[in-house]
Amino acid sequence: MIATRGPYSEVIRERWRRPRFRRAPAGATLVAEDVNPLCGDRVRLMLRLDGGRVAEAGFVGDSCAICTASADVVAELVSGKPAAEARALEPADVLAVLQADIRPTRMRCVTLPLSVLAKALNGGGA
Amino acid sequence: MTLHELTRGDFPILARVVNGHPLAYLDSAASSQKPRTVIEAMSQYYERSHANVHRSIHTLGEEATELYEAARDRVQRFIGAARREEVVFTRGTTDGLNLLADALCAGLAPGDEVLITEMEHHSNIVPWQLAARRQRLALRAVPITGPGLLDLDALDRLLTARTRVVAFTHVSNVLGTINPVADICARARRVGAVTVVDGAQAAPHLALDMSVLGCDFYVFSPHKMLGPTGIGVLWGRRERLLGLEPTRGGGEMIKEVWIEHAEWNDLPWRFEPGTPPIAEAVGLTAAVEYLEKLGMDRVAEHERALTRQALAGLTALPGVRVFGPPAGVERGAVVAFAVEGLHPHDVAALLDAEGIAVRAGHHCAMPLMRRLGVVGTSRASFSVFSTPAEVARLVRAVADVRAVLA
Ligand SMILES: Cc1ncc(COP(=O)(O)O)c(C=O)c1O
Repeated sequence: MIATRGPYSEVIRERWRRPRFRRAPAGATLVAEDVNPLCGDRVRLMLRLDGGRVAEAGFVGDSCAICTASADVVAELVSGKPAAEARALEPADVLAVLQADIRPTRMRCVTLPLSVLAKALNGGGA
Repeated sequence: MTLHELTRGDFPILARVVNGHPLAYLDSAASSQKPRTVIEAMSQYYERSHANVHRSIHTLGEEATELYEAARDRVQRFIGAARREEVVFTRGTTDGLNLLADALCAGLAPGDEVLITEMEHHSNIVPWQLAARRQRLALRAVPITGPGLLDLDALDRLLTARTRVVAFTHVSNVLGTINPVADICARARRVGAVTVVDGAQAAPHLALDMSVLGCDFYVFSPHKMLGPTGIGVLWGRRERLLGLEPTRGGGEMIKEVWIEHAEWNDLPWRFEPGTPPIAEAVGLTAAVEYLEKLGMDRVAEHERALTRQALAGLTALPGVRVFGPPAGVERGAVVAFAVEGLHPHDVAALLDAEGIAVRAGHHCAMPLMRRLGVVGTSRASFSVFSTPAEVARLVRAVADVRAVLA
């Protein structure tokens, strides 16, 4: 049995197996997608804005457990927030939820959904 | 004595403990580890003989030049090249392929065709794309069949009177497929195309003989065959090299220079502008000596046995898909696999937690990944120092990773 779980905290494992926000919100107004050139991971984030607030967020993607969990956390954290507040989301906020020991080589897996978020809030695009 | 028992102690890095486990380095296809003789040859060179090569009238300069040129002789013998001037030192496979794409395509006409394959490494795709864009050439790719072999019937259909270059890999860095170089080159020759072979994954594992391969150019990277990074080998048939205009200028590649023009140096220096990788050439000599002492046939047999073991072990695991030619078909020392419900990076990270180094991702072969219908794979690869016990550890660990994440 593999004793060391490396970066795979309970939260990451749970969100990888059962992401809560892996869905395409109906009527999403802001959509963005990006690829991590290092690994080919792809994340697409979809937001429905309502009166300057993120009324609903969802994501789809082809990505590793860390990146998927991060996207799930990002979607959760921005839901219901004013766009300006969503824009201020930082890696530390995501890491605080993930509760994982992420090495520098895998930090891009955490930050990819955040850069897609910034892209979406700036009007989206692929 | 088995090969790994003979070699194991020669690789200082293999004593490392990684994440609390003895290192099992199964990523030699990306870059192999180096025996002590290579490391020492290079530091000895720096401690005793370093100077710039050629045109040096002092003792150290002469020693450095001798050592540098001795590497060429050694490589010539190692790959069965007819003449020493057919061996050009570059910075690596990628560098060699860029040089060839630039030089071979420079004289081509719009609409001429370059043929590659679906199983190429990006370094045998992108340089041709750049050249194709510059010269307005058509770039085509030979597809692979289901089990990961080149579709030779499709090759015949794609070869036309306008095909100028056929560039393909000897051994796939993902599938392990060993392509029939002589056969492909014979077909290409019928339409008058020049053939370029990417030997990055073949040179470390197979006995090479340029006199029977039948290609015009062959390139590989010493760092994948126990040698140092920073140096590459480009072999070219003499007539072909003579027919190529250099595309990179500088010192060393010229005989005489005027302000407006220059006269090229002889082969092979014509294609070696600037100060070459001298210490790396010294390390390359030591790497070739090491491999020759073991015997390439023995090296190939050792790696074949490990590959068979890994294929059998991984194929037997539920939820594990192994890529490449079916069992029984000879292949290179790589085994790419996917674990159901897991991303290849997570597989590699979990194996790393066990001290097992494998590569994961697209392996610089995105068109092939697309063809296989995956985002990436995990890949184990073997070298002279790999052991059956390491392969057994790999198989056990892969069996376990599903429990963590799937
Ligand atoms: C088949 C193949 N071609 C080309 C390369 C590129 O080699 P290098 O990075 O040494 O230039 C590699 C290695 O990564 C390879 O496996």
